[in-house]
Amino acid sequence: MTSSYSSLRPLRFSPQRGPLARALAKDAPLRRLDWIMVLAALALSLGSSLLVWSATRGRDSLTHGDPQYFLYRHLTNLTIGLVLFGAVVAIGHHRIRAAVPILYLASILLLLATLSPLGSTVNGAHSWIQFGGGFSVQPAEFAKLGIVLGMAMILASRVDSGERELPDDKSVLQALVLAAVPMGIVLLYPDLGSVMVMVVTILGILLAAGVPNRWLFGLLVGGGLGATAVWKLGVLSKYQIDRFAAFANPKLDPAGVGYNTAQARIAIGSGGLTGKGLFHGSQTIGQFVPEQQTDFVFTVAGEELGFIGGLVLILLIGVILWRGCRIARQATDVFSTVVAGGVITWFAFQSFENIGMTLGIMPVAGVPLPFVSYGGSSMFAGWIAIGLLQAVRTQRPIAG
Amino acid sequence: MSNIPETGRTRRLTIRLVVLQILVLSLLATLGGRLWYLQIRNGSEYTAKASSNQIREVVDPAVRGEILDANGKVLAGNQTKLVVSVSRTSLLEQKDHGKAALGRLAQVLGMSPKDVADKVRLCDSKTPQPCWNGSPYQPIPVTDQATTQQAMQIMERREDFPGITAQPTAVRQYPGPDGANAAQVLGYLSPVTDDEVSKTADKTGKDKYLPSDQIGRAGLESVYDSDLRGTTGVDRLQVDNLGRVIGSAGTTPAQPGNNVVTSIDSRVQKVVEDNLVQAMNDARQQFDTETNKNFVADSGAALVMDVHTGRIIAMASAPTYDPNIWVGGISAKDYANLTSQDSNYPLLNRAIQGQWAPGSTFKVVSTSAAVAAGYSLDGHYGCPPSMTIGGREFKNFEGESFGEISLEKALEISCDTVFYGLAYDQWMKDGGIHPKNPADYFYKTAHQFGLGAKTGIDLPAEVPGRVPDRQWKQDFYDANKDAWCKQAQSGNNDFQTQVAKENCVDGNVMRAGDSVNYAIGQGDTLVTPLQMARIYSALSNGGTLYQPQVAKAVVTPSGQLVRDIPPVVSGHLPDDQKTLQYINQATAGVITEGTAAWKFAGWPQDKIQLHAKTGTAEVYGKQTTSWLATYSNDYAVVMTISQAGTGSGGAGDAVRKIYQALYGVDDKGGIDNSKALLPTPQTQLPKFNPDGTAILNQASYATGSWGYPPVPQPTQPAFAADLAATEPRAHGRSRV
Repeated sequence: MTSSYSSLRPLRFSPQRGPLARALAKDAPLRRLDWIMVLAALALSLGSSLLVWSATRGRDSLTHGDPQYFLYRHLTNLTIGLVLFGAVVAIGHHRIRAAVPILYLASILLLLATLSPLGSTVNGAHSWIQFGGGFSVQPAEFAKLGIVLGMAMILASRVDSGERELPDDKSVLQALVLAAVPMGIVLLYPDLGSVMVMVVTILGILLAAGVPNRWLFGLLVGGGLGATAVWKLGVLSKYQIDRFAAFANPKLDPAGVGYNTAQARIAIGSGGLTGKGLFHGSQTIGQFVPEQQTDFVFTVAGEELGFIGGLVLILLIGVILWRGCRIARQATDVFSTVVAGGVITWFAFQSFENIGMTLGIMPVAGVPLPFVSYGGSSMFAGWIAIGLLQAVRTQRPIAG
Repeated sequence: MSNIPETGRTRRLTIRLVVLQILVLSLLATLGGRLWYLQIRNGSEYTAKASSNQIREVVDPAVRGEILDANGKVLAGNQTKLVVSVSRTSLLEQKDHGKAALGRLAQVLGMSPKDVADKVRLCDSKTPQPCWNGSPYQPIPVTDQATTQQAMQIMERREDFPGITAQPTAVRQYPGPDGANAAQVLGYLSPVTDDEVSKTADKTGKDKYLPSDQIGRAGLESVYDSDLRGTTGVDRLQVDNLGRVIGSAGTTPAQPGNNVVTSIDSRVQKVVEDNLVQAMNDARQQFDTETNKNFVADSGAALVMDVHTGRIIAMASAPTYDPNIWVGGISAKDYANLTSQDSNYPLLNRAIQGQWAPGSTFKVVSTSAAVAAGYSLDGHYGCPPSMTIGGREFKNFEGESFGEISLEKALEISCDTVFYGLAYDQWMKDGGIHPKNPADYFYKTAHQFGLGAKTGIDLPAEVPGRVPDRQWKQDFYDANKDAWCKQAQSGNNDFQTQVAKENCVDGNVMRAGDSVNYAIGQGDTLVTPLQMARIYSALSNGGTLYQPQVAKAVVTPSGQLVRDIPPVVSGHLPDDQKTLQYINQATAGVITEGTAAWKFAGWPQDKIQLHAKTGTAEVYGKQTTSWLATYSNDYAVVMTISQAGTGSGGAGDAVRKIYQALYGVDDKGGIDNSKALLPTPQTQLPKFNPDGTAILNQASYATGSWGYPPVPQPTQPAFAADLAATEPRAHGRSRV
């Protein structure tokens, strides 16, 4: 193989092959996708439709009387997500890399729109844009993509061009400033959960980009001091402090977060080894767990499918992350490595935070479980991210 | 495009990516571990929490058993009333928390919206009554007085009254068969207190009180509460996070309570009640020359006892009240009225809680005591107009004098001085004011007759009366000595101070005056009408003292016997048969020639022999208590009226009327068995139809010639059957 090899070129020069044959050719993008990762994400997305259905079929106030309302909408979201995934793969890594500044700016504009009269407040966070027909968007989900792409572009620009072996301090600083803008806006909502995910994602990006250790440790220490200062100076509202503290001690806020935590733990704990069976969870049927189709969707799996079901769900996430790490390792440029590393960190921490809060080991924060929680923005951002990983992979030369 | 060769990745980046992979996957391992900890290690704990999370218990009250008379007629039963109740859980589901629906309900029921809202709010430490202190999952009754029309409005416009139901429900009712009231015998119910609920919290079944329970507080309702109260049913409902019902987790059906069959005959009860009231009214028309005013006749009691079993056939107390006043919760005003001095405490059952000096009815005891002390029944004893004992003059009633007479004659004409003489003689033999091993025959005999002790009747709060023996004198002296001595030093010179002075010095000593007064049933002696009925029953039956009983049996709602309540012999009179016969002869003479003869003229004594002893007890500061204690071969009838003059004058007519009704005797002495309410005591339990109603095959008092109109049974709302298929068994067990 040569250094000027381009993945799409052979197709253009194979006019004699039919479309199907071309699509299934050994070197075709479809054949070059990491199907293990895609199928794992698909299994999560499809399986979760049952969990979302189970959690919502009795909630007449949400479903307007149609028990399948959320099932259909979840599957619709998945379909749209798959289309977005296909589009990203088709557009390809190089054109996306070229469009990063536009994508980043678009994500910032969407975030700002939330602060305009278009935005609305859900669960204390002004982080939504409501459109007509029950359709709403949570721009913070797309902002995570913006941060990953934007930081990857800046950190990789001088390395991939061969100027330097590793990102220099200037690049790191620029990348951090670029990430700070959307984080600052999200902090205004305030959507602490998304900020938490962003902070960890940024650390993952810096780790994957190979920035000097002093940056990593400096940020960790600085972050720790900053968090302490925020806590002590009373920047956070009582709602946020309660939410934070009650995960460990539900009695701190028995009617609020403590209730969520306790009920979630009862739901999961009572599932036992094999669960109570789909649609047979008493906690789920009794609607004891609030936000069960979104942030607390894992409780449905825990209660109705038991330890085995919950473990399968975690393992599927593990498959995505493992394949993602593989893509990061095999990437031939720093941009690809950083994008892959960023997406992995994002998925990993967001999943850990989401499942961890239902298990009572993480503070309660409103972040969705990728591919599983009901919600269009999360589903779309998740599949776009999978698409990015696949685009990174398919542009890589095939061995042999 | 990348110009770093595939193999040109820096070593640092490779290590970094491995670190990232390890971090990421260790996060997932942490989740897996925690999941195992919650679901496998602590799974059972959370399973228990999940099930208690979602089960709410709703109680289904058991229909309370009925109290039946000897013929199976319902004395205390259940009436189907239209109860309008409100479900709080469904109110809370409504947008305005049911405000509009309650407003419409108030309008339909003609109540103020505030009253309705107050009734359905939950009680807490800051909420005054009215409020609901039961489970918030229990439908809360707003009224049990809904009319058929109101119920129709509510049930037909369900959409206007979400969470509100109108259903026929069993509520306690005292139908008063044949017009009998028997309020104090039956007693009443009231809701359990929070205290009682918490005290029985760790019990199970019917021993555990629920906040919605009503329990018997007096009378038979109280004594037989555990028989009458059924076992509450429990619906275990699965509820969701808002308490909305989403399914059932099992139901324990309510078990209705058992019925208690009593020996009360509602027809006789009615006669006794009416004649007690009549006697009191008559007395109030009589002028009392002692006090220069008409008799007050403030209270009284009358009862009929089966002499062969000690069972109570009728028991009346005056003043009385309508027991239905308790149904559905008594109002504060009514309760204040029932417990006030102005109403003279109608809640008291004066047959067992009223205690008076027995007057001359006590002389049967004194006669027995005299025999025990060795005085001959064949002897003759002086009956002078008065005797002076201990410096005080003790007179015969109205100063009568009969010379030397037998004890029989002394009983017949109620000569006090004969008994004064006997008692004084005994007092002297016992050592006078310096007693030496006193035999105290007169006091011992009273105890042997069951005085000074509770009879053990199956009614609550019976009082024991008092035999003022030496022990009592000492106890009373110890308790009052200080007060007496203080009053003695007050310098006043009235009667009470005189008495106090004497008492202060030697109030613990049995004085001659005490003993002679005691022998004629005066002084400090107190007895209840029930105690006298028990004694006179024993005189009739050959000397057996029965423990009086009102209940005969406990039967299931369908009439099967659960438990028989047999007569209980609790003692025997100390008299030998000769003495009993002697007293029987004397007491029969009271009817024919003695103090009661003027009231029993024309009684067919040869066919139905009656015995009587009159009593006219003096009470300091009041008019005399009228006593008439009587018996036939079947029944003992005792009537006591406070402040109504002599025994025969106050109660004679009334007691005769009671016997006339029992035996079907007319005013001229003719006997018509078809009009007799109870020519012989009832020995069988009533027979029951398969549905639990009693089979009646007897002459009805109400249709007899006594002039009391039959009491119509309340009719059930016509539409009630349409509303509920599972209607509690209706009232009107005995259709007369």
